[in-house]
Amino acid sequence: MGTPSVLWNVAKKCFTVGVISLTVSDLFASIVPVRGASMSPTFNPKTNSLLDSLSDDRVLVEKFCLSNYKFSHGDVIVFCSPDNHKEKHIKRIVGLPGDWVGTIYDVVHIPEGHCWVEGDNSASSLDSRSFGPVPLGLVKGRVTHILWPPHRVSSVERKTPRNRVSPS
Amino acid sequence: MRQWRSIAKEAMDRASIIVKFLCLLHVTDAYVVSSNHVLGPSMLPTLNITGDVVLVEHLSHRIGKLGSGDLVLVRSPLDPNKTLTKRIVAMEGDRVTFSLDPTRSFSSRSLVVPKGHVWIQGDNLYVSRDSRHFGPLPYGLIEGKVFMRVWPPNSFGLLG
Repeated sequence: MGTPSVLWNVAKKCFTVGVISLTVSDLFASIVPVRGASMSPTFNPKTNSLLDSLSDDRVLVEKFCLSNYKFSHGDVIVFCSPDNHKEKHIKRIVGLPGDWVGTIYDVVHIPEGHCWVEGDNSASSLDSRSFGPVPLGLVKGRVTHILWPPHRVSSVERKTPRNRVSPS
Repeated sequence: MRQWRSIAKEAMDRASIIVKFLCLLHVTDAYVVSSNHVLGPSMLPTLNITGDVVLVEHLSHRIGKLGSGDLVLVRSPLDPNKTLTKRIVAMEGDRVTFSLDPTRSFSSRSLVVPKGHVWIQGDNLYVSRDSRHFGPLPYGLIEGKVFMRVWPPNSFGLLG
C-alpha cells in the first residue's frame, strides 16, 4: 500500500519543481549553452572539435527586457531564427529601428519594430547580412553573464562596432 | 520564541502555496490556454468591432499543427508590445495572390511564402493591416491559435 503514495508524492514534487523552474526561466532568467563560433571571441574563443559540447560556454540570459522590448546598441540577445522557429541564435544588436546600417553592398534602413543583428566573428556567422532585419518580437532574452567555464566567468559588456551605424 | 517560530513557519507555508499557485497560473497561461481581448475592425465579420474575449491555446503552434484558415494570435512585427489577431492564408511554400489596396484598384501581386514564414490577413481586407503591408510573418512570432469565443455570451462557441 505504501508504494503508490510514495510514487505519487515523487510525481507531485517533480511537477512542482518543473512548473517553478519553467516560470523562472520564462520570466526571470535562464542558462543556455552557446553553440558554434559565430560570437567568438566573446563566446567560445577556441572551439575544440572533439570536446565541443563540453567546452561550450554557458551564459545567463535575463528576461526582464521582454516586458517592454527596449534594447540598446551592442546588447547581446537570444532570438528565434526568422527562417526556422525551432533554432535560437545569439547575436549582437548593431542597429535599432530607424537606423541606417552599412553592409558590404549597400546601406539598409531598419524598419519599425526590427533590429539588425550580427555575430562578433563576421567570417562565420549567419546573421542579418543573410536574412535581413529581425523583428524584435522574436527576441527571447538578453545575455548578461558568462557562467561556464569557471575561468571565464564575467559579465558581457556592450560593444558597438566601428562607425557603421547612423541614426536617422 | 517558540510562538514566533510557528508563526514564521505558517507564513512560509502560505507564501510557498501562493508562489506555487502563481507559477502554475503562469505556465497555464503561457503554454496551455489564455484569454485575450480582441479589439478593432480588421477581423469583421468573424469577430465583432466592439471587442470580443477569445480563448487562445498555445499547443498547436508548438507541435506544428497550424494550417491555412486558422485564426492566430501573433506578435506584431512592427511593434513587439502589441499583438494582432489574424487568419493564416498561406503556409510556407504556398503561392499567394493579393491586391495591395482593394478599395482603389484591382491590380494584384503574387509571391511564394518563404521558408519558416506564414502569410496572414484580416478577414476585413479593407481596413486590415497585415502581411500585405509588412510581408510574410516569421513563424516564431505566432503566439497561439484562437479557438473559442467566450464573450459576448450570445455568440459563445468555437471559432473555425
